[in-house]
Amino acid sequence: MAETVADGVAGAAAPESWREARAGRLRGAAEGIRAYRLIAGMWIRSTLAYRASFLMTALGNFLATGLDFVAILLMFSHIDALGGYTLPEVAFLYGASGAAFGLADLVMGSMDRLGRRVRDGTLDTLLVRPVPVLAQVAADRFALRRLGRITQGLLVLGYALPALDVHWTPLRALLIPLMLLSGAAIFSAVFVAGGAFQFFAQDASEVQNSFTYGGNQMLQYPPTVFAKDMVRGVTFVVPLAFVNWLPAMYVLDRPYPLDLPGWLAFTPPLVAAGCCALAGAAWRAGVRAYRSTGS
Amino acid sequence: MRLYAVVAAGGFRRHTTYRIATAAGVFTNTVFGAIMAYTYMALWSVRPRLGGYDQAEALTYVWLGQALIMTVAMMGGGFEDELIERIRTGDIAIDLYRPADLQLWWLAGDVGRAAFHLLGRGLVPLAFGALAFDLALPADPLTWLAFLFAVFLGVLVSFSIRYLVALSAFWLLDGAGMAQMAWLGGIFFSGMLLPLNVFPGALGEVARALPWSALLQIPADVLLGRHTGWGLARAYGFQLGWAALLLGVGRLLQAAATRRVVVQGG
Repeated sequence: MAETVADGVAGAAAPESWREARAGRLRGAAEGIRAYRLIAGMWIRSTLAYRASFLMTALGNFLATGLDFVAILLMFSHIDALGGYTLPEVAFLYGASGAAFGLADLVMGSMDRLGRRVRDGTLDTLLVRPVPVLAQVAADRFALRRLGRITQGLLVLGYALPALDVHWTPLRALLIPLMLLSGAAIFSAVFVAGGAFQFFAQDASEVQNSFTYGGNQMLQYPPTVFAKDMVRGVTFVVPLAFVNWLPAMYVLDRPYPLDLPGWLAFTPPLVAAGCCALAGAAWRAGVRAYRSTGS
Repeated sequence: MRLYAVVAAGGFRRHTTYRIATAAGVFTNTVFGAIMAYTYMALWSVRPRLGGYDQAEALTYVWLGQALIMTVAMMGGGFEDELIERIRTGDIAIDLYRPADLQLWWLAGDVGRAAFHLLGRGLVPLAFGALAFDLALPADPLTWLAFLFAVFLGVLVSFSIRYLVALSAFWLLDGAGMAQMAWLGGIFFSGMLLPLNVFPGALGEVARALPWSALLQIPADVLLGRHTGWGLARAYGFQLGWAALLLGVGRLLQAAATRRVVVQGG
């Protein structure tokens, strides 16, 4: 707050202070990433101290996430198309969403522990450290086993891509990495927003799960399966449709169910940037509203 | 007996404290239920009598799954993490001094927990499902009673599996791996992802014979009226058989484990 007032008063010096503020923010971000790397590195080392246990949990993570796909395979043992989509097409949606979600889960998945930290007061320890809180919370108990989920998503995607009946163009090929990275950023924003929500509702991490895990599960199926209102919800309210549905519709050469224009397939990076900005603002509001338990 | 009733009531009351968490869980179960309901509708619209269910029955199955997921602890959770921790830290030695049976003590607490989750996290998603979708819920209160008993037996089987998982910590010290394996089995073979009668061929036969089918598949089929008369008795028998067998193994393991306990002093 004080900063904005100072900016207004400074007037003539505005460009200078704006540049400074931007530099400060960049420095903050760099610091955050550095801190994240250090904390995550620490947890990786501690994980690898028990190698057998790590391998087991990573394998478990891989298998657990794979069960969803086994269920889809079982469905396709009875049918040729689900919602008008063939198995390779569903696998494409599944792999793209799964890999993007896996990436976000690896980087930001620890956010759902925030509620517990607010409840038991251990968040205070993080607040007094000269390191961005978001980086500390996100890197807390960094779980390398979540590589299992990413691997599983990429494997399904690897099965789907050659099996698809698609006329590949450079643009279509380019959309694949774009989709995975923007998708991961969108899911990460949802994780952060969910974390911010837990500052207010400390005990409600499951609400976050329904948007992250639930969103991932929904995106694994074609949009034609769902009611129009649900599709509208994940397009306009929580824009998860930009994770895979919209770009995938361009790759698969299918119209988007709500008659939305096709060029939206190329907007995921913009949507991701917008989501991250909003999630960042929500996070700052959450930190400001935080009152310690006093214990 | 009175002691265990008190422990069960404690298990119930303990969970009533988590009101916001319960509300959040209800929200999550409802969202997942809606997502699954639409995928099932897509599947059943192509294969209308798949697994012997019509679409309304398939949708009922979805919402029962969401209503029971916490009650029968299909994804684990509940007491076993706590028991594993007590074994790891050695606090278990104190439990063994208590004038109560270890297995019955934890079972009582888990039954209380299950009862809370049936009311706290089961009713609302099921009611939402019934309002938003065409479900095949029975009108006969006797069917509901039969269903509740099947759920109770499902909780027994679920407990007996998780108790074995927890006891494994006596040998493995870290129970996480076992818990995860049991979790995987639970989620897949309980029929949570897809009804077990949709599983093809031998996989389906094996899945229906495993103890996890007692958690969701059998209670759901009881509610859907697929087990009546002698069939119902057979279904209960299946659940009871697994419960007795697994609880028995649990007793043996428990006896072996308590002989192993070395109190480290301090």
